[in-house]
Amino acid sequence: MDFAAEDLRDRVRDFLGTHDHTTTDRLEFLRARFDAGLAWISFPVGFGGLGAPRALQPVADGEFAAVGAPNNEPLRIGIGLGMAAPTILRHGTEEQRQRWLRPLWTGEEVWCQLFSEPGAGSDLAALGTRAVRDGDDWVVNGQKVWTSLAHEARWAILIARTDPTVPKHQGITYFAADMTAPGVEVRPLRQITGEAEFNEVFLTDVRIPDAHRIGDVGDGWRVAQTTLMNERVAIGGGAVPREAGMIGVVARTWRDRPDLRTPGQQDTLIRLWVAAEAGRLAAQRLREQLAIGQPGAEGSAVKFAYSRLNQEISGFELELLGEEGLRYEDYSMRRPSIVEWERRSPGYRYLRAKGNSIEGGTSEILANIIAERVLGLPSEIRVDKDLPWKDLPR
Amino acid sequence: MNLLYGEEEHELRSAVRQVLSDRSPWSAVLARTESDEPYDRSLWRTLAADIGCAGLAVPEKFGGAGASWREAAVVAEELGRAVAPVPYLGSVLAMAALLATEDEELLPDLAAGERTAVLALPLSTPPGAVVLSSVHADGASLTGTVTSVADALAADILIVPSSDGLFAVDAADVTRTPIPSLDLTRPLCDLSLHSAPGRVLGDGEAAERAWSAALTAGAAVLASEQLGVAEWCLDTTVEYVKGRHQFGRPVGSYQALKHRLAELWVSVTQARAVARYAAGCVADDDPDAAIAVSIAQAHCSPVAVRAAEECVQMHGGIGFTWEHPAHLYLKRAKSDAIALGTPERHRAALARLVGLSA
Repeated sequence: MDFAAEDLRDRVRDFLGTHDHTTTDRLEFLRARFDAGLAWISFPVGFGGLGAPRALQPVADGEFAAVGAPNNEPLRIGIGLGMAAPTILRHGTEEQRQRWLRPLWTGEEVWCQLFSEPGAGSDLAALGTRAVRDGDDWVVNGQKVWTSLAHEARWAILIARTDPTVPKHQGITYFAADMTAPGVEVRPLRQITGEAEFNEVFLTDVRIPDAHRIGDVGDGWRVAQTTLMNERVAIGGGAVPREAGMIGVVARTWRDRPDLRTPGQQDTLIRLWVAAEAGRLAAQRLREQLAIGQPGAEGSAVKFAYSRLNQEISGFELELLGEEGLRYEDYSMRRPSIVEWERRSPGYRYLRAKGNSIEGGTSEILANIIAERVLGLPSEIRVDKDLPWKDLPR
Repeated sequence: MNLLYGEEEHELRSAVRQVLSDRSPWSAVLARTESDEPYDRSLWRTLAADIGCAGLAVPEKFGGAGASWREAAVVAEELGRAVAPVPYLGSVLAMAALLATEDEELLPDLAAGERTAVLALPLSTPPGAVVLSSVHADGASLTGTVTSVADALAADILIVPSSDGLFAVDAADVTRTPIPSLDLTRPLCDLSLHSAPGRVLGDGEAAERAWSAALTAGAAVLASEQLGVAEWCLDTTVEYVKGRHQFGRPVGSYQALKHRLAELWVSVTQARAVARYAAGCVADDDPDAAIAVSIAQAHCSPVAVRAAEECVQMHGGIGFTWEHPAHLYLKRAKSDAIALGTPERHRAALARLVGLSA
């Protein structure tokens, strides 16, 4: 189907003509929007999309936002939208797509990601959570960690080891796990900010039907690449105006508080301001490339740069504030479901930003990826490449 | 505004790159630095006249190609990649000044590449600077000196800012004293005018507008040159560390080098975006142009310098020798960082422009 922005606008307006968001139930409205193909418009017809160019998505979202229609709270369901959905679409069966994509998009079913483990962080493929076949089910045992939203999630994308006798990349299988199943225990994992955005998830004899396997047995690592590729874009690739995000917060403080300013800090501030603009424009250029079908490895670059910048700006902000920088908001344990940078205190921003260079691939791993996949430099020496997983030192 | 390259820009780039690789390999560039002809006039004629690089940003009514500063910036990238000894930057500055004064007499010749004009200001002058020229006019007769002017040795015409307006002066009527320049591939000279006959192009505010527009456009184009310099340094270094073996491994397999090169690549990716944005803003006469140009200069200057410094370092012993081209790029990168405003000057300008002064 060939789409212009105007066609899409017409479709949204037609839809709004027959679906009055002021009188329709929120979920009914979102389900109808999905069924009309006006959800993620680049998805195929029948799965919430129109097969339209991804670049036109803001046109559709903008039309809905303009009339004040309810949205699916994308920040709350980011893992589902950004990671689970593309994976299910690409590797799932027809039945799986039918079952999961609609409630995922409407936000009725929140998804989380059961990938990282205490013993498998950067070396994710070394994961040890076991899935053993038992009749029509798989029985899963293990521990996952750094799991955002696990306490709110209905489903999880899960990778587990189904064959320990082959090298690590080969013995992994990808599943959708029901978070309400017996044996799934979610414990908050408190982080340096004092609160628990993440969780530990303990899996004890959890039964997963084979029908919830995504992709072939042993092919989970390849399937997971779709998820991970989309994660980096999801974290660092959003459209932003100048002075959005952390730099905007500091710039406002600078303008509002002449008492804090010094000439030395001015140059530091502008350095950061320029770095923010360079990162913003590079992300914009990346989106333009994606829109014309030239995905680049720049996604890794955007995330890499964003992590460091957030850390530098938030560190600067605390020093700029001087005495106020000594005070923290509240270290008491809470469980937020989304990260809200701007409404939080400078101390929180400084501490939370430390996670940016760890979550979604550490900066060191991203540097390896850029060096090897973009620049073509020799890959790291992999002593574990041909060893069966069970024989790896750990 | 779109930050990608268009089809015509890709074609222009290939044409320029082809000529440069045929006619100006680094060995020839290096040899020329110690010759009596530091500029390659024949190469410049081909680029300026045959390929049409000189008149890219000049409207058709003045005999130009009617393209824009975007295309002019693509040429600068390629010239930066090759550290080509041609008077392109000086010519860009002069052309932008003459476009501001709409000078019908010179523009057609310059756009056609038949003659070359350069702007007679110290290369270090930042956009927005108050130009305090020591040159003054007695009627149409100019006297004074201008130091550290880029590309004037290759010019036919000098566009001279003076305390009494902007003048066009025949280069033959000016004493040009070559000076040993940090950048071997863009030699500077000092100008000395003793009652040199000039033609007034504009005075008062018109003159100031002209050289201010010239410095802004020049700084935008320079950012693209810096991008080209950085790209060459990165590409060349990556190739070198893949092939250079120590301790039985390519040195490029060590994370100590891989991570620095990955970081450099990220910075170069950003440099491309900010340079494109600056060129686009200047081309479109966008109200954000002054900000865009200072962002581009504040970012691209240190990136090009870091790329060149890493190039020297990661080449090890060979990178420190005269026979290796790395030093040509280091000298160009460091000079470019001072040219048309240091990064610090541009940050200070930005503080004013975006309301973040102390």
